[in-house]
Amino acid sequence: MTIYGVALLAICTLIGVGLGDLLGMALHVKANVGGVGIAMVLLNSARIWLARNGALSAGIKLGTEFWATMYIPIVVAMAAQQNVLSAASGGPMVIITAVLTVAACAAVVALISKIDKGDRP
Amino acid sequence: MSFLVDLLTKQGLITAFAVVGAIIYLSHLISKCLTGGRIHGSAIAILAGLGLAYAGGVITGGQKGIADIPMFAGIGLLGGALLRDFAIVATAFEVDVAQARRAGLLGAFALALGTVIPFAIGVAVARFYGYTDAVSLTTIGAGAITYIVGPVTGAALGASSPVMALSIGVGVLKAIIVMIGTPFLAPFIGLNNPRSAMTYGGLMGTVSGVTGGLAATDPKLVPYGALIATFHTGVGCLVGPSILYFTVRAFTG
Repeated sequence: MTIYGVALLAICTLIGVGLGDLLGMALHVKANVGGVGIAMVLLNSARIWLARNGALSAGIKLGTEFWATMYIPIVVAMAAQQNVLSAASGGPMVIITAVLTVAACAAVVALISKIDKGDRP
Repeated sequence: MSFLVDLLTKQGLITAFAVVGAIIYLSHLISKCLTGGRIHGSAIAILAGLGLAYAGGVITGGQKGIADIPMFAGIGLLGGALLRDFAIVATAFEVDVAQARRAGLLGAFALALGTVIPFAIGVAVARFYGYTDAVSLTTIGAGAITYIVGPVTGAALGASSPVMALSIGVGVLKAIIVMIGTPFLAPFIGLNNPRSAMTYGGLMGTVSGVTGGLAATDPKLVPYGALIATFHTGVGCLVGPSILYFTVRAFTG
């Protein structure tokens, strides 16, 4: 049953986001702390558990994988509702900060992946 | 004409499915025919989405891009945080746990760097542009972390509205640059495996930027980047109004 997969995904999301909210409250932060990340770990653990017990049906797979494949269309819709106009007209300070930030972080990623590769046997 | 507008408005989310499907179809066509497949279809589709968002902003003067036009309000639902998070979680289904676990420490390290580096740059640029008070400097620096950390920090510290707007502007522009730039940066920064995707997620932070950018680079990398990036906003909101603010205040006196 496809709905089992969708429901499993929904339950993992609800628990994860709920825990993220509670974590935020406990830390006195007005934001969700890692809720989606927790949900991802839950879903992945659920798949491993189901597979180990031979209960990973085609329906469960279809229900979750459908939403995973809808990811890119959702990202396109997300892009279409950004406040691009105000970001583009924010003036030089906004542009300089954003560009420098991305450049610096990309440089660090390059550095880390170079060092990281050197460590590998 | 008004019948058609009414229909599309009433069928909001359904209209969004059709519109986004058409955008992706055309983008893949452009990718194949005009760029010979060199620029990924998804990257063109995201760029097209941003273009529509710009047009929407010009037409309506609103803040939610094309979704401010009632006929396209469904795009706001399809691309909103609710379905976005749902679909991100779904991508974790096929994640290789062993690989994710091995890169866990590296991810946490990247997360720390990805919070401090953007913040420092934001503060430095704001200082260069004449801001001297700790609240404004911290708020603008926090905006460079993500566009949610900026206003949350600003609200907690009582920053002025123009400073909040600047802070959000920095975060949104960062997300957009990451979305567009990732496929082009990827070959130069070794972004082609789950490990580097997790490093990338930690350093770039912005969930929309990282996941959008990785989707356009290699969809298989999305869950790894997202896994770390989803902690970014939470960590930023935690340290922004506290540790980072106190640090800035110690310097400004």
